[in-house]
Amino acid sequence: MRYAIIGAGPSGVVAAETLRARDAQAEIVIVGGEAEPAYSRMAIPYLLAGQIDETGTYLRHTPDHFDKLGIRMVQEQVSTVDTDARRLLLSNGSSLDFDRLLIASGSHPVKPPVAGLDQPAIHHCWTLADARHIAKYASPDSRVVLMGAGFIGSIIMEALVRRKVRLTLVEKADRMVPRMMDQTAGNLIKQWCIGQGVDVRTSTQVDAIDTDPSGSARYLLRTTPSGVIPADLVVVATGVRPTIGFLQGSAIETRLGVLVDDHLQTSVEGIYAAGDVCEGFDWNTGARAIHAIQPVAAETGRLAALNMSGCRTVYTGSLGMNVLDSIGLISTSFGQWQGIDGGDQTQLLDESGYRYIKLQFEEDRLIGAITLGTTEHVGVIRGLIQSRTQLGAWRQRLIRDPSRVMEAYLANAQ
Amino acid sequence: MMRSLSITPAKCTGCLQCEMACSYENEGVFNPAKSRIKVFVFEHEGRNVPYTCTQCADAWCKNACPTEAIQINAATGAKVINEGLCVGCKVCTIACPFGTVNYNHATGKVIKCDLCGGDPACAKACPTQAITYIDADWTGYDKMRGWAARTDTQSAAQV
Ligand SMILES: Cc1cc2nc3c(=O)[nH]c(=O)nc-3n(C[C@H](O)[C@H](O)[C@H](O)COP(=O)(O)OP(=O)(O)OC[C@H]3O[C@@H](n4cnc5c(N)ncnc54)[C@H](O)[C@@H]3O)c2cc1C
Repeated sequence: MRYAIIGAGPSGVVAAETLRARDAQAEIVIVGGEAEPAYSRMAIPYLLAGQIDETGTYLRHTPDHFDKLGIRMVQEQVSTVDTDARRLLLSNGSSLDFDRLLIASGSHPVKPPVAGLDQPAIHHCWTLADARHIAKYASPDSRVVLMGAGFIGSIIMEALVRRKVRLTLVEKADRMVPRMMDQTAGNLIKQWCIGQGVDVRTSTQVDAIDTDPSGSARYLLRTTPSGVIPADLVVVATGVRPTIGFLQGSAIETRLGVLVDDHLQTSVEGIYAAGDVCEGFDWNTGARAIHAIQPVAAETGRLAALNMSGCRTVYTGSLGMNVLDSIGLISTSFGQWQGIDGGDQTQLLDESGYRYIKLQFEEDRLIGAITLGTTEHVGVIRGLIQSRTQLGAWRQRLIRDPSRVMEAYLANAQ
Repeated sequence: MMRSLSITPAKCTGCLQCEMACSYENEGVFNPAKSRIKVFVFEHEGRNVPYTCTQCADAWCKNACPTEAIQINAATGAKVINEGLCVGCKVCTIACPFGTVNYNHATGKVIKCDLCGGDPACAKACPTQAITYIDADWTGYDKMRGWAARTDTQSAAQV
């Protein structure tokens, strides 16, 4: 059996290792489009913060890890997938035949419609190459504008603060992390970050980036309604999209991402997708969804590999969940934190102490949550949601005091 | 034979010796707040439940880790944090559905039970054998009994 995997991120690597564990004989090749050892994008902020060097971002640390497992690594872009011939065409002109294929090409950052983005010292923060550029410009006291206070932007913020730059954060929405946090939590995070010295401008849009004629800064950002903001470096974190360009014209069905069924198989038999690129299902609602997060990348990589190697395993959908450290204020969100029509919710708020917990229920089951300022045993919220635990009398107890999630779990699920 | 921690809540008196021993063994101080095992007190039911990582086979924490900082100790089977590789991203703390990986603000890394390298301090410190370190085969049996006992109290509590 010849397995090919497109993508050397966490999803592709976990899949390759799972395939090897299931089949000692198979040929396994990972084709990764970047000229780097397999690494983890989400370790990049810690590299920028100076906590680790580049090797610290690598997914595996034993030097000959992939050799030992008999997993061949090819550093080349895949330009076309020929589903009839079962062949990958690579950008160097060579080709690679496969019997089964996993598409784990991840996602890539999108450019907002702003004039003047294609200039030096304006970068996304997505690849190791991006990180090297940012490190060059983000020196102490340099003026940095970070566009986008979504989840990824907010993580990069912490790294930039640690580099002691003078940071302005510009976000179009009315609060920070709008797709992970409600109004209350998003505003508390904003207040906190302002208290830590970051100039946070929400409900603000960048219209254009001009060079500074006076030369005192590299750029002047024209914004509404904040006016002109000077910058020596601009970091753009305004969202990501699945990387599916190379599938154009192939028989593999895509929408926003690669559509998969309940075994992570695409519309073409024997071809699977996992990780950021795959458009699967939301675990709660069953609706089509993309959860571009690390735990989902690893879990779907493993599941896809099981299915590819003949161990039929149902993919029941993925649960959105995030944990974010905003310069010391830690927040999490799980599942349907926005709640549902006809569901119940409860919350506990200590504004001055930056502590908040909000739970969402459907009948007597927990379906989503937000926490702020608390980290102890937060994983159990995932456990309660995904075990579909019927809380019985504990539902009422949690509504009175939502901080008792761990007790509710011990009393019910263990 | 792999061994694992077996916990019998019915035998726990809530004395917190396990938490003290754990924090001393791992952090060098007698401070229950730094313990990797926690005793949860259910006052109304007069029940105490010691709780820590079961070193589960699924290893959600290990699979989710972006930097290979959670590794399996070949001798004990424990999932162990490699502090040199941990960047403190906390993804494992939300991935573990049992809530047994926690973030340590002081070090900027995560902490979890590592079975003390095969000689768990909590089990040694427990005066009532509510926590024992025994053959893994036996804990399955104990867990079954524990499950039955808990289901009983739960239905009793709901009446
Ligand atoms: C700065 C930053 C911080 C983050 N922080 C978090 C966090 O705290 N928590 C969290 O859950 N997630 C976080 N993420 C998201 C997380 O990194 C992704 O969800 C994860 O990397 C997805 O894994 P993947 O394997 O699906 O894709 P990727 O890691 O994107 O890997 C895709 C691979 O495919 C390759 N590729 C793409 N196209 C081709 C092609 N045509 N041919 C060959 N190879 C190709 C790429 O080069 C790459 O090797 C963060 C991301 C970034 C950038």
